[in-house]
Amino acid sequence: MTPSAYAPALQRRFNVGDRVRVKAVHPPGHRRTPSYIRGKAGAIERVCGMFPNPEELAYGFDGEPKRVLYRVRFKQTDVWKSYSGPGGDWIELEIYEHWLDPA
Amino acid sequence: MTHEHAHPHPEDEGPPSEHEIMSRAMQELLEEKGLVTAEQVRRRMELFEQEFPQRGSRVVAHAWTDPAFRKRLLEDGKAACAEWGLDLEADRLIALENTPQVHNVVVCTLCSCYPRALLGMPPTWYKSENYRRRVVREPRAVLKEFGTVIPESVAIRVHDSNADMRYVVVPMRPAGTEGWTEAQLASILTRDTLVGVALPRA
Repeated sequence: MTPSAYAPALQRRFNVGDRVRVKAVHPPGHRRTPSYIRGKAGAIERVCGMFPNPEELAYGFDGEPKRVLYRVRFKQTDVWKSYSGPGGDWIELEIYEHWLDPA
Repeated sequence: MTHEHAHPHPEDEGPPSEHEIMSRAMQELLEEKGLVTAEQVRRRMELFEQEFPQRGSRVVAHAWTDPAFRKRLLEDGKAACAEWGLDLEADRLIALENTPQVHNVVVCTLCSCYPRALLGMPPTWYKSENYRRRVVREPRAVLKEFGTVIPESVAIRVHDSNADMRYVVVPMRPAGTEGWTEAQLASILTRDTLVGVALPRA
């Protein structure tokens, strides 16, 4: 198998079910945190593992130290004020630990 | 040289784009340095177009017929594929199970992240700004445009493939497919059903 950049996240700040809020900041540079989710609160759906930091990789650095990546689940009605679907609809994104605060 | 008739000439394609020139120059450099061969590049393109697009349908058809494999696929998609002889290369895979209560749909709002080693190259609509902007905020309306109506009693789970994981939907096996072979099942597990914008039909 081709080696993956993945490593297990043995040391981490959050666990499945924890409530988190995505930082509402807008730093320049290459970010993998879409603008629409910044400032929104959700819950950890799963821990994806540790990956090289894409914000460093984008500029030719090695991405070390690796960062913990989480799958975070948000209620659609919490993300979009005008969401017209049922209250049970969700949206999920991958968010790096350094973008998350406890909520 | 100019002349007047209607048949197309190769030069009508116009000059190569900047990206084409950069890509060509990069490949020539890598070939000169002995890092890749033209044959390897050609083979890679052939895999993307011929073999990779078949893989997702086959894996999910296998999951439909083998409950233990299905469980492993949902737990760790990459490991389950590897066990079945499919190397997903760098892709970490999350398989998403559709149920009578939940329908899953995948998008990459930032660019066009897609499980290429499983589904081949992403379709044009998947890369379009229209799909990327709208399916996150009005998934039901977008699915309806694909002819897929999800009842309000079923929750929609949108997955933004925005970083390192890749996603494949495991649709519900439709009634009327009892006794079908895996190859028959794979034939209704089209690309769009595995992205979540369509449902397989018996």
